[in-house]
Amino acid sequence: MVSITASISELEELARRCRIEIVKMVHRAQAGHPGGSLSEIDLMAALYSTSLRVRPEDPDWDDRDRFILSKGHASPGMYALLAEKGFISHDDLHSYRVLGGICQGHVDMKWCPGVDFSAGSLGMGLSFGMGCALAARLEGSERRAFVMLGDGEIQEGSVWEAAMAATHHELGNLKVILDRNRIQNDDFCLEQMRMFDIPAKWEAFGWNVKEIDGHEMTEIVDGIKFLDESNDAPSILIAHTVKGKGVSYMEDNPSFHGAAPNDEQFEIAMNELGAFE
Amino acid sequence: MSRMAATRDGYGQALLELAENDKVVVLEADLGKSTKSLHFRKAHPERTISCGIGEQNMLLVAAGMASSGYIPFASTFAIFTERAFEQMRNGVARPNLAVHVCGSHGGTHTGTDGSSAQSIEDLAIYRTLPNVTVLHPSDDVSTRLLTKQLADSDNPSYMRTARNKTPVLYDDVDPSTIQIGKGIELRNGPDVAIIACGVLVSEALKAADELSEQGLQATVIDMHTIKPLDTQLVDRVAHRCGAIVTAEDHSVLGGLGGAVAEHLSATSCKPLERVGVHDRFGESGQADEMLELMELSAPHIVKAALRAIARK
Repeated sequence: MVSITASISELEELARRCRIEIVKMVHRAQAGHPGGSLSEIDLMAALYSTSLRVRPEDPDWDDRDRFILSKGHASPGMYALLAEKGFISHDDLHSYRVLGGICQGHVDMKWCPGVDFSAGSLGMGLSFGMGCALAARLEGSERRAFVMLGDGEIQEGSVWEAAMAATHHELGNLKVILDRNRIQNDDFCLEQMRMFDIPAKWEAFGWNVKEIDGHEMTEIVDGIKFLDESNDAPSILIAHTVKGKGVSYMEDNPSFHGAAPNDEQFEIAMNELGAFE
Repeated sequence: MSRMAATRDGYGQALLELAENDKVVVLEADLGKSTKSLHFRKAHPERTISCGIGEQNMLLVAAGMASSGYIPFASTFAIFTERAFEQMRNGVARPNLAVHVCGSHGGTHTGTDGSSAQSIEDLAIYRTLPNVTVLHPSDDVSTRLLTKQLADSDNPSYMRTARNKTPVLYDDVDPSTIQIGKGIELRNGPDVAIIACGVLVSEALKAADELSEQGLQATVIDMHTIKPLDTQLVDRVAHRCGAIVTAEDHSVLGGLGGAVAEHLSATSCKPLERVGVHDRFGESGQADEMLELMELSAPHIVKAALRAIARK
């Protein structure tokens, strides 16, 4: 099983290594989604290292916690972490977006060990996670379902069908992390579809809500502890993040939602992430 | 006069019988009274998930439960399953999670609710999805037996049931003769083969009686499984009769008629006539009135049979 204790500096170092792999994958494939992978990765590194009960050597273990990357285009982040945690090898990362490779463009449970959901269309993961949480409760299992949502993603109406149903069914074992990076495919969320008071919306649906800085590791660890300890109702951690975090020219830049760096940009990114140190 | 019953009642009965398997769960979208999942809910409330009026969420909750080892049966009106088509495609069919979707009140036979409620395209759209079994049984007995078989399937499915009563065909039949993927030969005649599904199977039998009075003996097939299509049977009756009619309360585009036409285009050049809804919407009317209006009833099947025979 993955060790569920780690120091802040260890978590930061894990996220840094994942960032390097994310940029490498997208650069090699000359396609993919670096921005949302870089915004989510601190959160996922901490979740897998401090809370998520999984077994890399037995990825289909029935009683594992489920992790559902609903924003499944941000797959490089997930693959990098799965490699770091030993679910897959670092060589597997070379199969990202390659014919026959286990690292499909969007995370897919049928292709990659450690992936619990076949993503691709936004707005689907919360409902799926709700099903996993219901199944756990029905079986009398302690396992939880964690769902990573993007902020643009919650513009999909069916997310709110799930948000309402999860509180109706009192699913305290359903936990969401919202990657609030404020950018979606075409532009800033503010330009595409204003979402107004997101925490108030979730509170109004009966969820436990906490907001954190999604790149401040101490806050992240506290936030995950909040998810772990909030079991009376479904809970959401709204993490304020920066799209493209860690690579200067990608940060807060809608152009790098779904675009690969060229060779020159790749060198800059590797330098900034300390890949040559 | 044979017993009359609605196929949705067979579905409700099957769920109750399946309840002895504690992995079977039922999901509802505020139409349990109509789809007949209410009997399961009353007996097993702890294994019945109300999803409110939220079909998109329902299909993916079912997918999550299937991924965790449960056997979910999710039902609503046929037409409302369609708003969750992408969930069915990407969240259920693609990862091949054995979620069983039942769309009740399918077809124009559903009657006075009018065209918005009369799904005439459900069989076509679900038939396009890899991994998905598509069923449209003809009576409550076969619906009950086929529903129970679904619980043992490793694949997702879509089954259409009907709102209104039709003659029961299989009260005295050996249950083992009703199997997913195997069409049922109800009549064996050499002149024309009528391949029907759902509420039009009993109309096809009436049509065969009328043809018999004209000295023509028809083969009648209950093709309750639209996918995988029983192609061996289609080929056999095409060879035997040399003329084929398909009959369904569904668009002639893409459903049973489409499936048979696609298959025969590769194996046979026998004449084929398709009885079905001809690329139009319905309206409010009684079930029998709708079958007349949409030209689906026995006399229209007879006319189609005569056209097919004339083309031999």
